Amino acid sequence: MLGDFDLAEDALQDAFAVALERWPSAGVPENPGAWITTAARHKAIDLLRRSKVRREETAGALLEGEHPAPGAQASRSHTQAEEEAIALLESRSGSTLSDDRLRLIFTCCHPALNREAQVALTLHTLGGLTTPEVARAFLLPPATLGQRLVRAKQKIRQAGIPYQVPDVDLLPERLPAVLIVLYLIFNEGYSATAGDDLIRGELCSEAIRLGRILASLMPREGEVLGLLALMLLQDSRRAARISPEGELVLLEEQDRGLWDHDEIEEGKRLLDEALSLRRPGSYQIQAAIAALHSEAETTEDTDWPQIVALYETLLRLHPTPVVALNHAVAVAMAEGPEPGLALIEEIGRHGFLEDYLHFHSARADLLRRLRRHAEAREAYRRALDLAGSTPERQFLMRRLRALEGDEGSDPLTRNPAGQE
Amino acid sequence: MRYLLLINDQESMFATMSPQEMGKMMGDYGKFHEELSASGAFKDAARLRPVATATTVRVRNGKTLTTDGPFAETKEQLGGYYLIDVKNLDEAIRWAAKIPSANHGCVEVRPVWEENEQ
Repeated sequence: MLGDFDLAEDALQDAFAVALERWPSAGVPENPGAWITTAARHKAIDLLRRSKVRREETAGALLEGEHPAPGAQASRSHTQAEEEAIALLESRSGSTLSDDRLRLIFTCCHPALNREAQVALTLHTLGGLTTPEVARAFLLPPATLGQRLVRAKQKIRQAGIPYQVPDVDLLPERLPAVLIVLYLIFNEGYSATAGDDLIRGELCSEAIRLGRILASLMPREGEVLGLLALMLLQDSRRAARISPEGELVLLEEQDRGLWDHDEIEEGKRLLDEALSLRRPGSYQIQAAIAALHSEAETTEDTDWPQIVALYETLLRLHPTPVVALNHAVAVAMAEGPEPGLALIEEIGRHGFLEDYLHFHSARADLLRRLRRHAEAREAYRRALDLAGSTPERQFLMRRLRALEGDEGSDPLTRNPAGQE
Repeated sequence: MRYLLLINDQESMFATMSPQEMGKMMGDYGKFHEELSASGAFKDAARLRPVATATTVRVRNGKTLTTDGPFAETKEQLGGYYLIDVKNLDEAIRWAAKIPSANHGCVEVRPVWEENEQ
């Protein structure tokens, strides 16, 4: 269909705007998908004329099999409008539109764009958030984000980044970036390092929504399903993760009654589906770990040996210090603080996680459980230095105070990395 | 769209190559060249002599300053280029990945600023 990213994006949005104006009075056409596509093509021709950018291949692809027709001028639609139109279309018909969105996702996450640009473009182009909302979520001035988007679109145009789903042989190389971008968006919302809580919740929902689209378009890709399962399983705990006072609540202290069981069920079902495709990957393994947590009534009931085994598999696939840290914490839960701490000190000797908050808080907790209080306090203070958000700071302060006040052991402080 | 594929490699590596290795590399380049030409994407190409043969020229206040060597000392050196005409960046990347030097050095893919573009 349309071979040009900007045009396709603008044309689709304009077509949605027209649809929203017309359909309520004129009624939804027989085949709304085809209607939108045709309308978008007309809009694109219109835009082409207006912009005077006539690149031959674009115009060629555009005019193929279609006579140019004058389209009514329509103002650029709003994201909400686009949302409604998409929802309407999805409830009524088919795939043309979805194919366009798949192409958009791959264009937005093209490796020639830097990660920041990929995230901003994906949220702006496919997301249900407006540019000011995205800016607020990432604590950026709207002008900075706007500029980032302008530069990214400029690069798409000038470098000739294609508006297409990559050929099958390129997919293994291209799909991971798409998954990383979606998971980054999710985590930006989930980890609550800073910013407005409400908007951040929307980032999680948005990542899940985009994950659902991707999963419906690529249902045979294990990692696509795995990522969606992982996001759902983590998101199911969102309400329980922050206390009414705004403090971070670790997994073992969470009121499991607050977990969203619909999301858990959906996540587990997707994970089973993913695993049945027999193409394991890191998102599926992480989802499996999250699923084990969601199945346990309490921390004690959790199948820690199984979680240790999964982290070992994950370590073989992705031998990163953060995975090693999570593995060490799981070992501490399964076998006791001593072997866990030994693994953590081993990671520390390489100095990789010197500036990583959870390294210090996990170490602090294990030291504390081993009654090495002076070292534990020092490690908590180091973690406090690195804590960014208020909930994290409050949490660590509370731990430190408890340690300074009561030298006894607190049964609630055994899993500082939270396995999350 | 036209793209310039800039081939960067460590010149020092060539000094330590055996004649067999050198011969294989030349053969690989020959095959690449053939495939590129057959596809119709080929426009131009050249292999450059080492940076030791380079001269850098600047004009400041009307005066020509000529210095020996390349304009910047880098770990890898520009050793040649291909100019290709393909549909989009993905196709350019495909060709870049097939250049034998991509296996040890790197290939920078730069779109050409066409005259009729802004």
